[in-house]
Amino acid sequence: MIERPETAVPSIARNLEGYVGFANLPNQVYRKSVKRGFEFTLMVVGESGLGKSTLINSLFLTDLYSKDYPGPSQRVKKTVQVEQSKVLIKEGGVQLTLTIVDTPGFGDAVDNSNCWQPVINYIDSKCEDFLNAESRVNRRSMPDNRVHCCLYFIAPSGHGLKPLDIEFMKRLHDKVNVIPLIAKADTLTPEECQLFKKQIMKEIQEHKIKIYEFPDTEDDEDNRLIRKIKEKMPLAVVGSNVVVEVNGKKVRGRQYPWGVAEVENGEHCDFTVLRNMLIRTHMQDLKDVTNNVHYENYRSKKLAAVTCNGVDTSKTKGQLTKSPLAQMEEERREHVMKMKKMEAEMEQVFEMKVKEKKQKLKDSEAELERRHEQMKRNLEAQYKELEEKRRVFEEEKNNWETQQRILEQQKLDASKTMEKNKKKGKIF
Amino acid sequence: MASTEIARQAGEGVRSVPLAGHVGFDSMPDQLVNKSVNRGFCFNILCVGETGLGKSTLMDTLFNTKFEGEPTQHSQPGVTLKSNTYELQESNVRLKLTVVNTVGFGDQINKEDSYKSIVEFIDTQFEAYLQEELKIKRTLHSYHDTRIHACLYFIAPTGHSLKSLDLVTMKKLDSKVNIIPIVAKSDAISKSELAKFKIKITSELVSNGVQIYQFPTDDESVAEINSTMNSHLPFAVVGSTEEVKLGNKMVKARQYPWGTVQVENENHCDFVKLREMLIRVNMEDLREQTHTRHYELYRRCKLEEMGFKDTDPDSKPFSLQETYEAKRNEFMGELQKKEEEMRQMFVQRVKEKEAELKEAEKELHDKFDRLKKLHQDEKKKLEEKKKGLDDEVNTFKQKKTAAELLLNQAQQAGGATTLKRDKERKNNPWLCTE
Repeated sequence: MIERPETAVPSIARNLEGYVGFANLPNQVYRKSVKRGFEFTLMVVGESGLGKSTLINSLFLTDLYSKDYPGPSQRVKKTVQVEQSKVLIKEGGVQLTLTIVDTPGFGDAVDNSNCWQPVINYIDSKCEDFLNAESRVNRRSMPDNRVHCCLYFIAPSGHGLKPLDIEFMKRLHDKVNVIPLIAKADTLTPEECQLFKKQIMKEIQEHKIKIYEFPDTEDDEDNRLIRKIKEKMPLAVVGSNVVVEVNGKKVRGRQYPWGVAEVENGEHCDFTVLRNMLIRTHMQDLKDVTNNVHYENYRSKKLAAVTCNGVDTSKTKGQLTKSPLAQMEEERREHVMKMKKMEAEMEQVFEMKVKEKKQKLKDSEAELERRHEQMKRNLEAQYKELEEKRRVFEEEKNNWETQQRILEQQKLDASKTMEKNKKKGKIF
Repeated sequence: MASTEIARQAGEGVRSVPLAGHVGFDSMPDQLVNKSVNRGFCFNILCVGETGLGKSTLMDTLFNTKFEGEPTQHSQPGVTLKSNTYELQESNVRLKLTVVNTVGFGDQINKEDSYKSIVEFIDTQFEAYLQEELKIKRTLHSYHDTRIHACLYFIAPTGHSLKSLDLVTMKKLDSKVNIIPIVAKSDAISKSELAKFKIKITSELVSNGVQIYQFPTDDESVAEINSTMNSHLPFAVVGSTEEVKLGNKMVKARQYPWGTVQVENENHCDFVKLREMLIRVNMEDLREQTHTRHYELYRRCKLEEMGFKDTDPDSKPFSLQETYEAKRNEFMGELQKKEEEMRQMFVQRVKEKEAELKEAEKELHDKFDRLKKLHQDEKKKLEEKKKGLDDEVNTFKQKKTAAELLLNQAQQAGGATTLKRDKERKNNPWLCTE
């Protein structure tokens, strides 16, 4: 089932004594929305001849496709095309810009592989347009051309879904609200129709196809009605461009020899259920689901692809909660931190190396100092030695000289005495 | 394989078609309204005004309930904003109301920066919404909108003119929020003074180019009442939560010795007008204006600041993807550049330091070369001295040896004489020897 966004549970509100006036808010909203006007885009898909155009005309009680604007079924197709027609319809003061998207040629070829591709491309391109308009710097009014609902026509074979049906619905249930219809239901008897419906729903569940689900409301009465509608899914419809007279009343119907199949008779087909649901009660919800679920899916996929740029998706799961810009901001911060760390590391290494070098220089300086000291001391020692030697020598020299002098003196004295003695001796 | 082709009809004007009966899409507004009612509504009011002008009382009176909070003092150092959220319900309509009060506005001596915190607050709410809108996975439909939808500006009832603080603040706020000026505590002004006061205020606002909120006149159902009300701006209000018995009813009023001012009496004050305009008639329009005008302006400025453009130099429109990719590439490039720069800077520093250290090393070597040279000189000197000494020693030795030789010879000769003398003495004991 399509995931619906949760609505806030109202907490206990204060009740006001006396009149304030904001109970008038809904009227203000009403007024403004009427002034603004409404838009709705409805896509019909199915093989040709299933009565798509007729059903549209019956639904909106108008000749969307008329002589002046022939519908796609009047033209011969060779390829699958996607065509849109825009009309403005007014009722009760309310203006609705209705866009009908038709897919002539769908399923008509012999080889229908990828015949859903143009449809997917169309839906995606409308979402892309909206995304670009929403992301502009200068935003004007953003026309909503996104496909709000896709009516898928199932041929009334009575047996089950064809492979093409299953394939198409599987590929589109994530992109648009798919409502399957049994076309030309006046070819089935009520019992056949019941069996057919059961079979289809079984196959839909088997293949896990997510068709549009009606939201539960708070009102029990509404919920009961909704449940009744759900039991009738898929709706079996009949359309008609012709008004015939039945019992004096003018009704839309198909005239057969055996009677008239009335379009708006609830016992004949589910047309009124479809019209009520599609237009009168759930049109806004279809738009909301398109906006809040399908479009958001498209957008987040698109933006995730831009920011991740082929990075491994398992890593980036946590990043989807931010905008691409916030993500870049965070990456920037991470980068700044990384750089800071790198810078700190490099700084550290640098300092260490400088310290080493400085230390080495200091060491060699100390070494050289030491050696210099040593040599100095050596020299000094030698000087001292020399001094000592000189002193000793001087002393010795002095001593000797003194001795010499004494000797000299003695000799002198001795010679003098001898002279005297000689003289004296001779006297004797 | 079926070839694919997408053909689109040119949208040359949408044609109008008549309906043959009642289709039923005129229930669309009701469907929309039902959804809104189920979701609940949200409204945020900002009250700007000096302390003591009755802001909290007016809120209580407007919404008929007692909001929390105590009257504030005048001693605040700056302007702070306090916001409170309340869940109100009237019949089946739920309203999430947030009232933001400026605390301390106008109390400081220097009021130059008073408006700053208010502008910051408003911008923060816009920013929060913008961030939510830009997220990859976002939940806009259940987002609690905190953007300010209406700003009630309380003017002090001086009776003369607007204060300069009022003009400055309103000028700064008029492009960011819907401003509704009101004259507070208007029971202090007489009717004639009030008329003159209102005219003065309006003319001052116009002459200063302040854009206040105009009630919309484009919707026929409310155009008339809105345009009349536009001419009554600014509303002169009185607030009161106390009730006084009047006749046989209890009415909200302020009782003075000379009479009773009834809040809901249109002759006494414009309270009812304010309530009509603000809540009953234009609440939704206020919200819309905030979203489509003020928020868009903020968003546009912010995106342009970040460098987003709608068209490239050739005036072709950018797709969102291209824009983001371009931004991302730019961003990555920037990061790379920063990294490179840092590396370069480091390489530079290393080079410089190396050169420094080399210089130091060289100096050291030079120093020691010098010392070595000194040392060698010293050594040489020492050697010379040594040599000198040795020469002296040698000379001396030679002298000594020569002298000794001489002495020996002399001694030998003298020895003989001495011997002779001794002999003679022995023989001639009476020989004197001296």
